[in-house]
Amino acid sequence: MIRFDAATKRYPDGTVAVDQLTLEAPSGAITVLVGPSGCGKTTSLRMVNRMIEPTSGTVWLDDTDTASLPAHELRRRIGYVIQNAGLFPHRTVLDNVATVPLLLGEDRRRARASALELVERVGLDPALAKRYPAQLSGGQQQRVGVARALAADPPVMLMDEPFSAVDPVVREQLQDEFLRLQGELGKTIVFVTHDIDEAIKLGDQVAVLRVGGTLAQLATPAELLARPIDAFVAGFVGRDRGYRALAFAHGRNLPVREEPTVAVGSSHPGSAAGLAGWILAVDAERRPQGWLPTADELDETVTDSRLHRGGTLATQGGALRSALDACLSSPSGRGVVVDDDGRLLGSVTAREVLELIEERER
Amino acid sequence: MIGSVLGWLLDPEHWRSTPFDTGIWAQLGAHVGFTLIALAIAVLLALPAGLVIGHTGRGSWLVSAANAVRALPTVGVLVLLVVVISPHFYGRTNAGFLIPTEIVLVVLAVPPILSNAYAGVQNVPPQVRDAAFGMGMTGPQVLGRVELPNALPLIFSGFRSAMLQVIATATIASYVTLGGLGRFIYDGLAQKDYPQMIGGAVLVAALALISDLLVALVQRYAVSRGVSRRFRTDTGPDSRTAVLVEEDVR
Amino acid sequence: MSVDVLPLDASSSPLAFWSYFLDHRSTDLGWLWDHTWLSVVPVVVGLVLALPLGWLARRHAWVYPPMMSVTGLLYTIPSIALFVLIPPLFGLSVLSPLQVPIALSVYSTSLLVRVVADGLAAVPSETVQAATALGYRPLARFTRVELPIAVPVITAGLRVAIVANVSIVAVAGTIGLDNLGRLFDQGFTLSVNEPYYPPIVLGIVLCVLLALVLDAVVLVVDRLLTPWRRAVAAR
Repeated sequence: MIRFDAATKRYPDGTVAVDQLTLEAPSGAITVLVGPSGCGKTTSLRMVNRMIEPTSGTVWLDDTDTASLPAHELRRRIGYVIQNAGLFPHRTVLDNVATVPLLLGEDRRRARASALELVERVGLDPALAKRYPAQLSGGQQQRVGVARALAADPPVMLMDEPFSAVDPVVREQLQDEFLRLQGELGKTIVFVTHDIDEAIKLGDQVAVLRVGGTLAQLATPAELLARPIDAFVAGFVGRDRGYRALAFAHGRNLPVREEPTVAVGSSHPGSAAGLAGWILAVDAERRPQGWLPTADELDETVTDSRLHRGGTLATQGGALRSALDACLSSPSGRGVVVDDDGRLLGSVTAREVLELIEERER
Repeated sequence: MIGSVLGWLLDPEHWRSTPFDTGIWAQLGAHVGFTLIALAIAVLLALPAGLVIGHTGRGSWLVSAANAVRALPTVGVLVLLVVVISPHFYGRTNAGFLIPTEIVLVVLAVPPILSNAYAGVQNVPPQVRDAAFGMGMTGPQVLGRVELPNALPLIFSGFRSAMLQVIATATIASYVTLGGLGRFIYDGLAQKDYPQMIGGAVLVAALALISDLLVALVQRYAVSRGVSRRFRTDTGPDSRTAVLVEEDVR
Repeated sequence: MSVDVLPLDASSSPLAFWSYFLDHRSTDLGWLWDHTWLSVVPVVVGLVLALPLGWLARRHAWVYPPMMSVTGLLYTIPSIALFVLIPPLFGLSVLSPLQVPIALSVYSTSLLVRVVADGLAAVPSETVQAATALGYRPLARFTRVELPIAVPVITAGLRVAIVANVSIVAVAGTIGLDNLGRLFDQGFTLSVNEPYYPPIVLGIVLCVLLALVLDAVVLVVDRLLTPWRRAVAAR
């Protein structure tokens, strides 16, 4: 648990970066600090490991006042990941990861062995362990940065815009793997970002800060979308809030109805089935492949190239947002629902999903 | 001409010392001696100072001040110091020539070492320094384990530049009647013995080239591949880089 | 014999350099002029040679390492050795008026090749690509886009080269070639019995002034060639 108790950072020239911040980041959860530039989010983060000393107020790490320890000892107990990773150019990936265990006095061989495990754990090819940072891509460097922060197995991690310097595709991969890793490790994490979508995706709770370093709202992502506390938060959280909030609403009982199918590779049953417009094609494992127009000529083999692939898939028990999206993106208007293994369960219509959404509201 | 120079160089008599003449080996030893003394003093003074100024960011005026020395003409300073100091040592040893020479050599060697150590530490990317502190390194650990290894290419470049200037200036020191390989150049000139003069120049050039090569080799092994980027087709910094760094710092 | 107990003769005091200058004005001005052109001309020659060589090293990646090695070796040779080695290599007489300018041109070229190549390398690749996309051919792109952007780096190299030259030219005075270095030779010869400072101090003062003036000239040229940097600074 990390607790900010009226923490304030005022610079000699009078500017206040963080003003009376009181906030608790619970153990085992991800707390995201988000806000526009100049809101003091990075300053707040850096006050935890005393890279910046608070002018007044206290930051607690469990029951310890962080100011009571020598700064370097405090920092060795806290994982720290920054933008562009900040890897040491003169050390190999392996030695970068082993840095903190070596500082703590672990012997070199053991430190390297556990570093190698971590390299694999963050999804890197162990062959990269002998490389230098300059030989890695930005995404790979960032993974090494995460592994390095995890190396001494600190209960607490601070992450300062760790994924903002990589391209959107890599960023999404890194975010997904980060969530998977956190599922295994359950660290207490404070995460800084300027990207509200990243905050909503990653945070167990999100703290929105406003310029001048004050806390505007602390809430779960769903609450933040549903009930922004004022115009600033509403504006910062942005448009499509209602739709984005559906990502946190789960449709456990989608009224799935059976959907006629045709197998890829078989021949076309045509309008004989009495279906208007489209029929769903599945593979041998009953995994949906795409929609086939029933207006096509009869008795022709169903091939991949004839399928319409615009539709997204929803899962039973998944978010209502993806259920609604499955309906809206399907050419037939029927949203395809699958189980956890990707096998077809059936279909729902947008009207049915909307009814569920309305029920939820009531 | 080339034949007679080769003849002078290859004559074993010229390499041995006689009661009347100091041979090439002895002069080479003297030259290397002046050079090593001056470099050792300069490194002891300038390297820690440059590293600490770069690390703390305080005292960079010292670097600028040292670099202003570059505008001074080496020969002039050498002659001036010899004229000022040597009377105090008259008649006893060659200290009257050795001390001013060493002072000039140290004065010349300090600026490149100082400004390159300073610039090397300053050039460490801020996020690398930030990460080092953030992981719990103490100030001296950050300097020794992170900033110094990353500053090594520029430090070596500064050292090579300093070494070449010292070797060159130690040659000129023979002009103020001190030993060293320059002796052959100035004696050859005075005696109109041009093979000796040119032979001396060949020896001086060879000493400089071989010394630089040796240090370049040490540099190759001392600097991490991750910093020198030897997996790329880039030639690293050499003595030329150092003088340009000084210009930057100024 | 000790100088400490002897009262300093007014004319041998270090501060007497100005009257020394007035007494030997024509000789000293002649040496100042020699020193000036010997410092400047090699840098101009060096720049003229270094521009195409540096361009070549940038354009063809394989040229860069050997060119840097060769010029690096030349730059490594001590000045006095190079002065002495130039005549036999170029078939000149042992003390020729050409040996100093040739040797200094070798140094200046060696330094500036690296400066030009690295300065061109520092031109943002987007800029080069944009210039190419706008239709510049390689030569025009070099002279109108890459070179102007590399000017600050190149002039920084020129300042280093020219200030270094002022000091190196004086070295040639020790082997009897005419320039301000002769003042040091005079002072040393005149100090055989007791210190005689005026020519030595005069030489140092004139060398430093010359270095500062030439440095300032390069700085002014740099400002004139890069008006956009002033625009940014003024904003």
